Amino acid sequence: MSAFPNPSAVQTKSVPTWRQQDAKPFVQIEQITKQFGQFTAVNSVSLDIYRNELFCLLGGSGSGKSTLLRMLAGFEEPTSGRILIDGVDMTGIPPWERPVNMMFQSYALFPHLSVEANVAFGLKREGIKSPEVNRRVSEILDMVQLGHLAKRKPHMLSGGQRQRVALARALVKRPKLLLLDEPLGALDKKLREETQFELMRLQDELGITFVVVTHDQEEAMTLATRIGVMNNGEIVQTAEPHEVYEYPKSRFVAEFIGNVNLFDGVVVEDERDSVSIQSPDLDALLQVDHGISCAPNQEVSVAIRPEKIYISREPVDIEVNGAMGIISDVAYMGSQSVFKVRLASGKELRITQPNVSREMGSRLTWEDNVYLSWDPDSCVVLMS
Amino acid sequence: MMSETTIDKKKHRLTWRLSELRLGRAAVILVPMLWLAAFFFIPFLVVFKISLAEAVIAIPPYSPLLQWDSSSAYLTFKINFGNYLYLFESRFYLDAYLSSLKIAAISTFFALLIGFPIAYLIARSGPTKRIILLALVILPFWTSFLLRVYAWMVLLRKDGLVNDVLMATGLIDQPLQILQTEFAVYLGIVYTYLPFMILPLYTSLEKMDLNLIDAAQDLGAKPYQSFFLVTLPLAKAGIIAGCLLVFIPAVGEYVIPALLGGSDTLMIGRVLWDEFFQNRDWPMASAVAVMMLIVLVGPIMYVRNSNKEVE
Amino acid sequence: MKQGNSLTLKFMSGAGFVFLYAPIIAMIVYSFNDSKLVTVWGGWSLKWYAELFRNEQIMSAAWVSLKIAFISATLASVLGTLAGFVLSRMRKFVGKAMLTGWVTAPLVMPEVITGLSLLLLFVSLENMFGWPAGRGVMTIVIAHTTFCLAYVAVVVQSRLASLDETLEEAAMDLGAKPTSLFFLITLPLIAPAIISGWLLSFTLSLDDLVIASFVSGPGNSTLPMVIFSKVRLGVTPEVNALATLMIVAVSIAVIAAIVILHRQSRYNDVNK
Repeated sequence: MSAFPNPSAVQTKSVPTWRQQDAKPFVQIEQITKQFGQFTAVNSVSLDIYRNELFCLLGGSGSGKSTLLRMLAGFEEPTSGRILIDGVDMTGIPPWERPVNMMFQSYALFPHLSVEANVAFGLKREGIKSPEVNRRVSEILDMVQLGHLAKRKPHMLSGGQRQRVALARALVKRPKLLLLDEPLGALDKKLREETQFELMRLQDELGITFVVVTHDQEEAMTLATRIGVMNNGEIVQTAEPHEVYEYPKSRFVAEFIGNVNLFDGVVVEDERDSVSIQSPDLDALLQVDHGISCAPNQEVSVAIRPEKIYISREPVDIEVNGAMGIISDVAYMGSQSVFKVRLASGKELRITQPNVSREMGSRLTWEDNVYLSWDPDSCVVLMS
Repeated sequence: MMSETTIDKKKHRLTWRLSELRLGRAAVILVPMLWLAAFFFIPFLVVFKISLAEAVIAIPPYSPLLQWDSSSAYLTFKINFGNYLYLFESRFYLDAYLSSLKIAAISTFFALLIGFPIAYLIARSGPTKRIILLALVILPFWTSFLLRVYAWMVLLRKDGLVNDVLMATGLIDQPLQILQTEFAVYLGIVYTYLPFMILPLYTSLEKMDLNLIDAAQDLGAKPYQSFFLVTLPLAKAGIIAGCLLVFIPAVGEYVIPALLGGSDTLMIGRVLWDEFFQNRDWPMASAVAVMMLIVLVGPIMYVRNSNKEVE
Repeated sequence: MKQGNSLTLKFMSGAGFVFLYAPIIAMIVYSFNDSKLVTVWGGWSLKWYAELFRNEQIMSAAWVSLKIAFISATLASVLGTLAGFVLSRMRKFVGKAMLTGWVTAPLVMPEVITGLSLLLLFVSLENMFGWPAGRGVMTIVIAHTTFCLAYVAVVVQSRLASLDETLEEAAMDLGAKPTSLFFLITLPLIAPAIISGWLLSFTLSLDDLVIASFVSGPGNSTLPMVIFSKVRLGVTPEVNALATLMIVAVSIAVIAAIVILHRQSRYNDVNK
């Protein structure tokens, strides 16, 4: 029924392509640099993206993520380096000849054309005969549930409907690679969640490789197979979502994605499978259960996520990986509560706790003296 | 991996296509560029050239700068600065320039005075009313300039409507000579160029965030203070643009002084016209034009640059 | 809003609108005046309209003017659209600053200078190359095209500046080459601007007295030239009738254009 290849045959769910040793990358970005005058927007980025991935480029504004996307689409020529898509060098190939389509942040629907004509635009440029065009247009419109609005002009659609037209218009050309620039940015919160799952469903169904640019870490976490975190024109970490969260490679990544408590300290004991770190902010020693390669007395940071810290009024052992403090702030957020705890050193830690009980009485509150503790495997040592 | 030859072939194909693109781009740029060069820019050079010639009774009525005498093999190159010298020596031209600048400046001031409240009102109106008022401002601009000037001729005559009304109300008992005075010229210029003042004013006022006025008043500014301290400075760009759009063409205006002004209303556009059509002194007319251009080149460049900023 | 509704402001702008419209309305009323003396009311009559259509000189000049206005407006629309497109869509190129100047300057250039300079150009060209042989409709068309071009370019340029550039990128992304991109996306979206540029050019050309006086040849009087020579000698009632007809025609065109533009702008904001 569908003209697209059955994805289940292509995708092996058990071992993702990017983890296989000999897998052939589908998109190869090789040492790409883009300069605008004196400003370097993208600095020597190399990246491999595999077939059927939903790859997220995550970064703040000015991180270079959009420029990288525009170079994939062909709107900008790299200053140096090259991009290969499915083995073909894209250097000098204009946007209209690339096997790549883009869904724009603003959707960029042609206001003078109906929904149907917007979607058919790309197919007609390929010189496809009109019965075929009509068939494919109505097929894709049904797929995004817009068949009944085919004759409407874009200004008569809601935001969510426009977004789906933009998606259909890009997908109908069956690109090898679909680029999505902040695909959910203009939608309200509820619609965003729905659309996220919709996007994942379509990607799974059609087996097209997606590259999504976003500044929203939650969006990246839910959507992506892998995330490339960008900062100052460079990719600072490429990994699967949980890896980026649990094992950030640098302070920047740890702080950019989610909330984190950071301790600066020096390495006092370096075993093969554990490290001890002394921080001036903490009386107790920090013990991490994974070895690192470092010199003795090297300065490092230790990151602990707020939800990985246990908090209680009852005294617990705090000689290692623990602390005592006073609750300075509480924020009730429904499903969870956020506590700020001030230590003797003056350092404030952020701790989140699920609100398991409905009772208010037993809850921790302002000025409570509390004991904090965490497990050695909850800590991540950051060298940079 | 691609072999060397396929890469080469690909490169070749690419450069070919890129050069084709460049050719198309160059053509698109060149067409309007050549037209404007030929019919806007070069004509000024010709004017300059002819301003250095002498008036002669011939067709065309000016002397060539270069002359080749084949019998004596002399190439004569003759430049005549006489026209320019005459411009400065004769009180007449100097007075005409000064009087043009004065009339244009005063008219511009009154156009601003009348135009500002209108622009302000339009910018502060609701969307539908705004379009209607804007249309009312633009409409006269689209109707014939010449006929609008003529309309004032009808009104300002001794037996015209204005005098009739003034006499009927008993303000005067003798019809006033309004037509063929400098006052009529001011009136004509303000009237015909008013839309040029209102539109840029409106544009800059419309862009202004109304919360700024609320903020100013919240911080203790009285209405007139918020007007002078907030509104006016923010409308500066529009005020300058509007004033220049009125001032520059007004300096060179011919039709209005010719129809509404008296014989003693000196304006440089009229002098140029008479020099050309009555005296048939083309080199002198050219020199007058060159001087006018030199006076106006500053404001014209300013308009050009502010236009570039908008872009 | 509070400020906008103050009484003084309303009064001042009301007076401004009266100033703008009183002469026009007076002229329209006088055009129906039966009396030969323009300013004395002699009852309603259409006789000056009849008089106008019988006036061979005015009618033939009107025909010449309409012809010139039509050709000039069309040429100016094509060239002006190109110029506006080049200025707003092409990145740096040699001479861009110069082109910007050439496009803007004619808007404020005093007409006497434009007229004189073009005439001298035509005369010099004729002397050197024998072209254009004499002056007439063609030289007026060239002159009008040149100054109308600037208006079209400015209108088109500002339309393009407000047009979301990603629309054009989207078209390229979907496989449109530069030429088809221009004709399928850019042109339809800036069409209202081009149409209003054309209308503006048409009326400017129809209205021009000074430039046409310089570059026209004998026997090729345009309508404004005829009107000018008539009103210079005094008030003529047929001119009132002519003015009324022109004002009515222009008003209809302007109102139609505003309605169209308004509708367009509403749906063009869709991607913002």
